[in-house]
Amino acid sequence: MTRHTLSVLVENKFGVLSRIASLFSARGYNISSLAVSETMDPAISCMTIVVEVSEEKILEQIKKQLNKLIDVITVTDFTKKEHVNRELLLVKINYSAKEKARIEALLDKYLGKIIQHKEDTAIVEVIGEQQQIKQLLEALSQFGIKELVRTGKIAMA
Amino acid sequence: MKLSGAQILIECLKREGVELLIGYPGGQVLPIFDKLYDCDIRFILPRHEQAAAHAADGYARATGKVGVCLATSGPGATNLTTGIANAYMDSIPMVAITGQVKSHLIGNDAFQEADVTGITRPITKHNYLVKDVRELARIIREAFYIASTGRPGPVLIDIPSDIQLQETEFIWPESVELRSYKPTYFGHPGQIKKAVKLISGAKKPLLYIGGGVISSGAAPEIKILAEKIQAPVTWTLMGIGGFPATHKLGLGMLGMHGTAYANHAIMSADVIIAIGARFDDRVTGRIDAFAPGAKVIHIDIDPASISKNVKVDIPIVGDVKNIVGEMLEQMKKTPNTAEWLKDIEALKKKYPLKYGKDGDKIKPQYVVEQIYQATKGEAIITTEVGQNQMWAAQWYQYNHPRSFISSGGLGTMGFGFPAAMGAKLGCSDKVVFDIAGDGSIQMNIQELATCVCNKINVKVAILNNGYLGMVRQWQELFYKKRYSHTCITGPDFVKLAESYGAVGIRATKREEVRPAIEKALSTDNTVFIDFRVEPEENVFPMVPAGEAINRMIEGLA
Repeated sequence: MTRHTLSVLVENKFGVLSRIASLFSARGYNISSLAVSETMDPAISCMTIVVEVSEEKILEQIKKQLNKLIDVITVTDFTKKEHVNRELLLVKINYSAKEKARIEALLDKYLGKIIQHKEDTAIVEVIGEQQQIKQLLEALSQFGIKELVRTGKIAMA
Repeated sequence: MKLSGAQILIECLKREGVELLIGYPGGQVLPIFDKLYDCDIRFILPRHEQAAAHAADGYARATGKVGVCLATSGPGATNLTTGIANAYMDSIPMVAITGQVKSHLIGNDAFQEADVTGITRPITKHNYLVKDVRELARIIREAFYIASTGRPGPVLIDIPSDIQLQETEFIWPESVELRSYKPTYFGHPGQIKKAVKLISGAKKPLLYIGGGVISSGAAPEIKILAEKIQAPVTWTLMGIGGFPATHKLGLGMLGMHGTAYANHAIMSADVIIAIGARFDDRVTGRIDAFAPGAKVIHIDIDPASISKNVKVDIPIVGDVKNIVGEMLEQMKKTPNTAEWLKDIEALKKKYPLKYGKDGDKIKPQYVVEQIYQATKGEAIITTEVGQNQMWAAQWYQYNHPRSFISSGGLGTMGFGFPAAMGAKLGCSDKVVFDIAGDGSIQMNIQELATCVCNKINVKVAILNNGYLGMVRQWQELFYKKRYSHTCITGPDFVKLAESYGAVGIRATKREEVRPAIEKALSTDNTVFIDFRVEPEENVFPMVPAGEAINRMIEGLA
């Protein structure tokens, strides 16, 4: 399986998200993450969709099928394009005075910061590429992760 | 000028050139029906909403115009869905209009409420829920535009009943502006050049045509191309009529129940020119064994159809009529196919279509042949789905586009009779024959009332074998003759037809077949002919599911 990032500009109308979601489910394609927001033009939304495919042919079909939807304006495949991408992670970890120094050292390395601290837990915010976020999560797991939420990837060329 | 939503709808339909509406009233379309009372668009009331959708579909296939159907919210709309899905699978231009509960009740599980735009999302080319009466005219204009351009398809407009009553200034949008929808009509010149070069050097070229040839109106260009490059032509079920069946370059239909010579020919072709066809699994059989030695040129208006199933060497996206026309212009050197055509002749001699003709029992194939002869090949034939459909495809020779109307992609039993109704409404000067099975006809048999009441004189040939024949055939061949629930009884079709005010005829012996057809043709009424055919007759040749298409089971001589 390979992962590909698609940036899809769509008409900002009700039901568009559901058209895209139902296209993926009806044709058996896998979405690994999805981020949606308005663009500079409020009539247009941008969806960053990360898909997992087993072969190139399926990626081609996904792009063609997306393009067929009337409300889809453009589909850009970032796979072979130079681009930057980021994801935001919020993670709640166990936070004791004993581990404070080690956790802070780790967060320094990944440019993370503590945005809330209550009793023996802390909520950490990190923005980075998916690989970095994955590494940080692995490192944080030794302290005990209580909860996490991620935005899904956004990208720009 | 201020108009209500219902008035705007009717005004827009008129301006779109709609001359026929097929619909069923209900609580949430009352304002529309009130305005229809004074409207001069022809209105047909079917006896089931599913038939409304199939009739609109049949009308569209027979005329090339957009078919329009109308139903109320909830069950009215859900009954349309089979017909909408059917039109979607076969790329038929249709606009379906449904009533919806009042705007403020949407989402409240109101009486006769269903999320119709949600339900129809995967079976429409596009759909709309109208939330503001000021948007209605634009939406209707877009719906007709989307339905009839590019790769055609059904578009649904869901209109809450309060929107039908609200008034606004009526402004007819002169043009449609959709920044996200721009179908490609002209092929890429470089690709066309490459295709022409490949064809010029081919030894065994073959044209494989589909429904796109019919919807694009490209049949004349296809004939010129085939004759110019002297290539044989085979067609899909949807492509029937795209090339004259009686032409010497015609190979008939290919695929699961195609002619053996078409299947053998495509397997040995060196260049396949696929035109408005989509390499459906019923055509290709086992995909990795399909046409191994061939280079493939694929011309289609839908980029998503290209390289979906079969790897294509030269894709050309655009309208097939334009592209084939352009290819003809550029084709200076034509291939020498004399040897190839000799091979084809030999295949035709070796593997003719055949069926046993002994005794005075009625063979279903014989019935179809006799309908062909009695109508001199000039009728519009619709079919149900199953054996009747395959025999109708095999044994009638179609020389004109839009003369064969059948549910290809979805395979909907109960399609043929309402589709025949729609075709007859669109082409009143044509004889319209539905070739049916005793199973399928019972799925929309209530339309007898619609036909009689509106004097839509269609003829229905029921190939009555007492079985759901195609499934029985599979059970015979692949499930050890365990005929699980495929033996089916029906009414006395003659009496049933008579009870509706139509004419019923029965034929039980071979010599009664032709007179029955002649009588039906000379009767100025809807006619059911109950042909009591050989019960366990099979459709041959047949490619078993998952086999390569040249590995056919042949019929008995």
